[in-house]
Amino acid sequence: MVDGKTVKEDASLVTDGTNQSPIKLGVENLSIHYETGPALENVTLDIREHEIFGIIGPANAGKTSFLKAINRMDMFNPEMKIDGKITFDGTDISKVRNVYGLRSRIGVVFPLPVGLPLSVYDNVALAPRLAGLKNKAELNVIVERCLTRAALWDEVKDRLDSLGSMLSGGQQQRLTIARALSQDPDLLMLDEFSIAVDPVTTMRIEDVLKELKSEMTIILVTNLVQQARRLADRTAFFLDGECVEISVTEDLFTGEVGDQRTRDYVEGRFG
Amino acid sequence: MFEATEINRKNLTRQKLFRLLLGGMTASLILPVALIMGTLIIKGAPVISFDFLFTSPTNGMTEGGIFPALLGTILLVLVALLASVPLGVAAAIYLSEYAPDNWFTRAINLAIINLAGVPSIVHALFGLGAFVLFFRFGTSILAASLTLAVMTLPVVIVATRESLQAVPMAFREACWNMGATRWQTIRRIVLPNAVTGILTGVILEVSRTAGETAPIMFTGAVFFLPFLPQGVFDQTMALSLHLFVVSTQVPEMPEAVPYGVALVLIGMVLLMNSASIALRMYLRGKKKW
Repeated sequence: MVDGKTVKEDASLVTDGTNQSPIKLGVENLSIHYETGPALENVTLDIREHEIFGIIGPANAGKTSFLKAINRMDMFNPEMKIDGKITFDGTDISKVRNVYGLRSRIGVVFPLPVGLPLSVYDNVALAPRLAGLKNKAELNVIVERCLTRAALWDEVKDRLDSLGSMLSGGQQQRLTIARALSQDPDLLMLDEFSIAVDPVTTMRIEDVLKELKSEMTIILVTNLVQQARRLADRTAFFLDGECVEISVTEDLFTGEVGDQRTRDYVEGRFG
Repeated sequence: MFEATEINRKNLTRQKLFRLLLGGMTASLILPVALIMGTLIIKGAPVISFDFLFTSPTNGMTEGGIFPALLGTILLVLVALLASVPLGVAAAIYLSEYAPDNWFTRAINLAIINLAGVPSIVHALFGLGAFVLFFRFGTSILAASLTLAVMTLPVVIVATRESLQAVPMAFREACWNMGATRWQTIRRIVLPNAVTGILTGVILEVSRTAGETAPIMFTGAVFFLPFLPQGVFDQTMALSLHLFVVSTQVPEMPEAVPYGVALVLIGMVLLMNSASIALRMYLRGKKKW
């Protein structure tokens, strides 16, 4: 709450309709279909630079599909059909030839931590290496910086050689965040990152996100309504493939809501 | 308070009975293996010596050693591996990582399964027609090895594909999301973690290749050669065929010789298997998730 307030006051970036910062991600009439049926229908929203944009909603609301569409993961899943338009820094991503370049500017964190079966060091160095960086000294700097920012460095600095996949769940999730940061992304997308993480680690990661906000745009899909309230400047409420509401986060809880279902969900009456 | 009821006792008796039955059946599996190995060792071990392993047969094969056959089998297996492992692994990677799920892929999968079911004598005739006659390799190590390779390809493909698919999808997705191409993902994450499974397939292939007789009989292996093969276009002797010859075709063969040949053949396969198993355990110890 307190944090939410300070963010509101200090940032010119905020979100009360007078937000001046440029649009990072524009979404127009986005629909996503799988063979089994629609996942998301006719979503239009803008995400601005340096904001934390929360997405809440029950299971099967289309939240994860939304993130997949932004990262063009439909390329790996022929069953996934995307209609509508997504722009990244003004460029229509469906027309991007080098999707690998697009993806390398977007960091993704998954619900379940994915420590790749490589050493801690190699996990974080993977993205720079994929991009062609070989210089050992530069890699060292990146690895230390990203692990530090993900609040993991102190715990693993003496065992960078041990397997990332053998760390504890909470550590692996911070490793995943360090790996996402190693791409030096403009946009960080987190998909229910706290599902498999203990409360203390969750709080540490939330603090990290507040700091990262000054450098990048963050999309925070969360199953915890209160987490959106703590972190997000604006929040969208997705329900059964429909974007029911987008507003300044605090308004979902205390202000006017456009749709009664939103209030019912944030107050725990369903979902 | 906890006295056994009639039902309890009945269940308990049944449980004991079935445990005994299932355990006994499992134990009986060991019996044939033990009998085979025991007989071979008792009857075959006395003839095995340095000379037996490293000299040529003499006197109508009733005396001397089995070196040309031993060398021939090793050559046949090696050349077959050189052909089938790259081909099989490449096909498996394509099928597992790239191929879209359509009728063509399904047809290929069906073909692989059917290939695995083709009797070895049919492979032999195919090898004779394709490699010996059509490609004009003649009856040679190359023709015989390629026939063996075709025969064992399904084993390599299926084992490789299964070990690739055992690598969690989440690893691939994590890589793709970072901007890695499919090949970068395969090269850095999928293959290193599938190596143990691929080795298993290769082990199975070696065992089967070394023991096969029919496919090489028409395509490259001969009863007897007075000299060692000088290249892949030469014919060769082979342990499996040699065993057939010494046990059925040569009159007045000393009884111990066929047992000795069989022991060497089994010993060779076991040796290769244990080397691969050791390598596999070493690699598995290094990789974990």
